[in-house]
Amino acid sequence: MAEQYAIEMRGITKTFGSVVANKDVELNVRPGEILALLGENGSGKTTLMNMLSGIYAPDSGEIRVNGQPVTIASPQDAKRLGIGMVHQHFKLVDVFSAADNIWMGKEKAGFLLKKNRYDEIEAMAKKFGFDLDPRKKVHNMAVSEKQTLEIIKVLYYGAKVIILDEPTAVLTVQEIQKLFGVLRRMKADGHSVIIITHKLNEVLDISDRVAILRKGEYVGTVNTAETNEQQLTEYMVGRKVDLNIERPVVEKTRPLLEIRDLTIKNDEGAVAIDHVNFYIRGGEILGVAGIAGCGQKELCEAIAGLRPIEQGQMIHKGDNIVGLSPKAILDKGISMSFIPEDRLGMGLAPSLSITDNMLLKNYQDAKGPFVDRKQGRADAEHVIQELGVVTPSAETPVRRLSGGNVQKVLLGREIKAGPNVIITAYPVRGLDINSSYAIYNILNQQKKDGVGVLFVGEDLDVMMALCDKIMVLCHGKVMGVVHAHKTTKEELGLMMTGSLDLTNKYEDKPAGFAKDTNFAPENQGDGKGET
Amino acid sequence: MEMDKLGVLTTFVHNIVVYNIPLLYGTTGEILVEKSGSLNLGVEGIMAVGAIFGYILGCYANSLGAGILVAFLAGALCGLLFAVLTVSLQANQNITGLTLTTFGLGLYFFVGSGVKAVSWPAMNDYANIKNGFADVAIPGLSQIPLIGQGLFSHNLLVYLGVVIALVMWFYLSRTRYGLRLRSVGENPGAADSVGINVKRYKYLHICVGCGIMGIGGYYMALNMSGSFNSSCWINGYGWIAVALVIFANWNPALAILGTFVFGFFNTLRVSGSSLAAAFPGGLGWLAAVPTQLYQALPFIITAIVLVVTSVRKREGSGQPQALGLNYFREER
Repeated sequence: MAEQYAIEMRGITKTFGSVVANKDVELNVRPGEILALLGENGSGKTTLMNMLSGIYAPDSGEIRVNGQPVTIASPQDAKRLGIGMVHQHFKLVDVFSAADNIWMGKEKAGFLLKKNRYDEIEAMAKKFGFDLDPRKKVHNMAVSEKQTLEIIKVLYYGAKVIILDEPTAVLTVQEIQKLFGVLRRMKADGHSVIIITHKLNEVLDISDRVAILRKGEYVGTVNTAETNEQQLTEYMVGRKVDLNIERPVVEKTRPLLEIRDLTIKNDEGAVAIDHVNFYIRGGEILGVAGIAGCGQKELCEAIAGLRPIEQGQMIHKGDNIVGLSPKAILDKGISMSFIPEDRLGMGLAPSLSITDNMLLKNYQDAKGPFVDRKQGRADAEHVIQELGVVTPSAETPVRRLSGGNVQKVLLGREIKAGPNVIITAYPVRGLDINSSYAIYNILNQQKKDGVGVLFVGEDLDVMMALCDKIMVLCHGKVMGVVHAHKTTKEELGLMMTGSLDLTNKYEDKPAGFAKDTNFAPENQGDGKGET
Repeated sequence: MEMDKLGVLTTFVHNIVVYNIPLLYGTTGEILVEKSGSLNLGVEGIMAVGAIFGYILGCYANSLGAGILVAFLAGALCGLLFAVLTVSLQANQNITGLTLTTFGLGLYFFVGSGVKAVSWPAMNDYANIKNGFADVAIPGLSQIPLIGQGLFSHNLLVYLGVVIALVMWFYLSRTRYGLRLRSVGENPGAADSVGINVKRYKYLHICVGCGIMGIGGYYMALNMSGSFNSSCWINGYGWIAVALVIFANWNPALAILGTFVFGFFNTLRVSGSSLAAAFPGGLGWLAAVPTQLYQALPFIITAIVLVVTSVRKREGSGQPQALGLNYFREER
């Protein structure tokens, strides 16, 4: 007798117009196991899972739940079959409380909304082992809280199969460990968990088996215990990939951008960046590490002229840039690209084509009142070619592209302008291996061309391999700048949590002051050796 | 003399209610529609359709109840048209709403004066309607000096409008169905993912909301008099209602207050000269204000309201987040 699976998908095909998103895909999940679904951006993982959760209907193929063939025509059907999905873009009502977000989908809720619904939801969350403030409004929640709420929601609706679409992309290391604890507990309770992710170390850490998709097609399923990163990468990409990130040695120039005593406030008026000193030279990549929300965003915005500063100086090649308009700063060759947590919010207009997004940046260059679409299209084609953007055409709206390609377009446009300082935050957020390496190569190429790069990142392994120096922020304060090839993850971790402060390590020179500074001499320390 | 002054004030308060209750119908109807995430700019047209059909068929049936029912159904039918176009066929909501306004006004004039062969009845010939629309004083409350007669002695449709607003407030904020409706308007994707039938909620509430607007139109027909004349009964009230929704912050209970505040200025046009005559010392200047300014006043106030409310922060705003956006589950 055949094994009883919780979910079986057989020969699933789904097309959108002329694009084949899934072709003849097979997938099965046992009760009480964690299955990782692995694939590059745009390989059809989310599409496949959306067919389980009732968002899309397959064109052909069969889905069985506990051995019974079923039709999942709506999310309601999925819910009845005990399938719950935590989407990458959370499906929560911002203005509702946590309890109401769950309550609105409850089948047998009373006619009236009573106060005791809060207690009921809180008690239920406790039962599953979560702390939840049932009255807290979603728009006041941190990302990890929203995710927890989503998980509680699907559990409350009685899901036996739980699908998580890239749940770790927006979490910190500690939060990821907490999430994995939750998943292991759900597995022990007999739930089946399907987790979509590109991060191989996570796949190896959490899953029992790994199913791999490549360009919409099913590659195979392997037991996690019998595989390794190299093999999984090959399955996923279809060829051998070198997992080493290169760090070319480049002649460094005098400081391009120097920041002294910078203090910035965040949107709530609290101090986000607190008396920070640092500088970037041409030909180096300076990493910025820190727990999420330690002032990284405010720092990037201040340098780009998008946020007023409270105090301090910023000079670029000796010229003051404090108080200049974003356009004037851009004209000096300082470019900023920030990939926010939702990955679409900043920098690009999602409904416009790649060409039009190119024009957004350089429309002023055209003479006369008309935009130069010809030039825009040429720029778009150039970026598409150079960076290998996968798109039907240069006229495709950016929101139709997969995440990695969107980020390539954004970075490509910034580089097209020929900057001498690149500020980039989370450029590989949510990207698969291939796209990530493409981005690292782009940055390294810029470094070789003598550009100074400020790289705000999340993954310490990557930063230690790619950056020349790493500056660690903790609650807006600099905890020190270390050489990337000399430091360790443990040291960085201690600095990120504020337990280790290396700023006073070199007593002969104020930390973050360059010895060959462009600042006028009276501002200088006596300058020997640099951090 | 003293009594006369009081009488003028009472009449002024009474007029505020009588002339502006259609705004309450239009506003509450539109709130229900907008809470489902649909922005319907067809209020003016839907009120016109409710007015003309409710009026004619109500007269023929010689029944106020029949008139109300027909006006509701006519409005709901317009709502159905709007829902088919925007919910099922994904048409642009703004354009569809504007079209509905044009269509509704066109239908009003076609039925009212285009069909030459028929001359439409005069309401005063129908005793049931005339009597049904007469003022009914609420015992006790209407005895309160000054405001009693002004606020608590009105026709049935005034009370019905207030009851609808209060019931709707309760429905939206205190019931499970209201919660689900709000979730549809805020984030239809979220509502869909927890198994709420987004289309059904949208269809139902668009139709009911538009039906309520239809009753408001019928009220105007009754209040304006009597027989069909060449200018439209609705006279821009539908547009003011759209603005009042924002003024009331999408709260039907606040819509009652909003209607009153708005009605105050609106009614100066009618009562300004009598107020000036009664209080020549303090309010004599009211008579000097040209009538054109009075006619423009409601729209000037509308513009001011829109400016003031749009300054308000998103936090605490009752505006549904997905207002005006069509929902398509497979949108990527």
